[in-house]
Amino acid sequence: MQKSFWGYRRENGRVGVRNHVIVLPVDDLSNAAAEAVAHNVKGVLAIPHPYGRLQFGADLDLHFRTLIGAGSNPNVAAVVVIGIEEGWTKKLADGIAATGKPVSGFGIELHGDHDTIMRASKAAREFMQAASEKQRVECALHELWVSTKCGESDTTSGCGANPTVGDAFDKLYAAGSTLVFGETTELTGGEQIVAARCRNDKVRADFMRVFDRYQEVINRHKTTDLSDSQPTKGNIAGGLTTIEEKALGNIQKIGKKCMIDGVLDKAETPSGPGLWFMDSSSAAAEMVTLCAASGFVVHFFPTGQGNVIGNPILPVIKICANPRTVRTMSEHIDVDTSALLQRGITMDQAGDKLLEMMFRTANGRLTAAEALGHREFVMTRLYESA
Amino acid sequence: MIHCVLHDPNDSVAVVVVEGIKAGQTLTGLILDEDRTIALRCAQDIPLGHKVALKDMNVGDTVIKYGVDIGKVVAPIKAGQHAHVHNIKTKRW
Repeated sequence: MQKSFWGYRRENGRVGVRNHVIVLPVDDLSNAAAEAVAHNVKGVLAIPHPYGRLQFGADLDLHFRTLIGAGSNPNVAAVVVIGIEEGWTKKLADGIAATGKPVSGFGIELHGDHDTIMRASKAAREFMQAASEKQRVECALHELWVSTKCGESDTTSGCGANPTVGDAFDKLYAAGSTLVFGETTELTGGEQIVAARCRNDKVRADFMRVFDRYQEVINRHKTTDLSDSQPTKGNIAGGLTTIEEKALGNIQKIGKKCMIDGVLDKAETPSGPGLWFMDSSSAAAEMVTLCAASGFVVHFFPTGQGNVIGNPILPVIKICANPRTVRTMSEHIDVDTSALLQRGITMDQAGDKLLEMMFRTANGRLTAAEALGHREFVMTRLYESA
Repeated sequence: MIHCVLHDPNDSVAVVVVEGIKAGQTLTGLILDEDRTIALRCAQDIPLGHKVALKDMNVGDTVIKYGVDIGKVVAPIKAGQHAHVHNIKTKRW
């Protein structure tokens, strides 16, 4: 395996593989101004979202943790923040500025959209030109933070695409990488296998506490056995029958050797290398957005039936072992491991094939999702607004 | 050609990995954990990705895949038949 890649070293020492300048709205009201700025300055990326008003408590904390995390991600060179008022705009801008990267915040009240867009566009233009001069430098493999989450899974995910990620994770873990997986509800039926892979009793207790809490949420709100959502209609069409079967396929992503070194809250940044479990939604765009907010810079996304998801900040590499999906949706698939199911390649070779694509992606190759313009940025909400 | 795969030799179902499997066909099944094959007779048409039963199962029986429990039988299943949501359900939720 290669030992290095070409990345962008940021002010805080972290390494990114993309060089985005983003316009980040604090709230739904500021999306129009953010999109206008991105229209004015070529190459700048607006990240609109529907939230940020009247949230409170843990839900508000998660809102800011997600946005500050997204702006702080090393795939981002600089950030323009726009909010309806100055207070929360400054809170978000200051949170991102702690990384040392260039950030400017603009409140709309007392100025209006026109004046705000003009001033924010000037800042974005300066950031964009500065970012365009930033050069890639050689970085050590272990500096590449890699996340995983699967979607539109079917039975080929569990025997092909997911164990391919597992093989790659085992190899990256041995190289000292920082890795994450999550999808709390989709471990149902495999939770004891995950618990057995925890590094020690404390991690195991943390994991089971998080798992049990999510089960309580499901039990409180469910109206059926959840068979319309877990497995999804797509999962069932693909041959998955029960949540247990889906979960056992899901956990193939953590390989056979690596151990779970710690448990993260949603959008929390890991404190060191190893494999982390993040308490998270199993909905693809939510989970990948949380990975971006936690600081991960490359994502492995195995799919069976063909989930088309991307993310504006985090390049999403699609892995598929379903021969029909690879044939009918080839523009969405970066790594085809369908030969695994015909004994055409070994799991070791499949893992290496994914790692080769990981290095190419890190060095700058656009993923299928990037080339197709998939930029799903979906924030997790915990409860109703105040 | 491999027509279906199973993870563990004790699994009671296997996953069809090619398109167009028809009733009456003899299938070659690959046991992934042991890298050896078995032969079985398919009793129904089974789509790509769907499961074929490897043995007769009665209502209440536990279905085994990956060597572990993936749910319960809710309608009788014969070896070679299509095993899915019409005859298997979760034990959770």
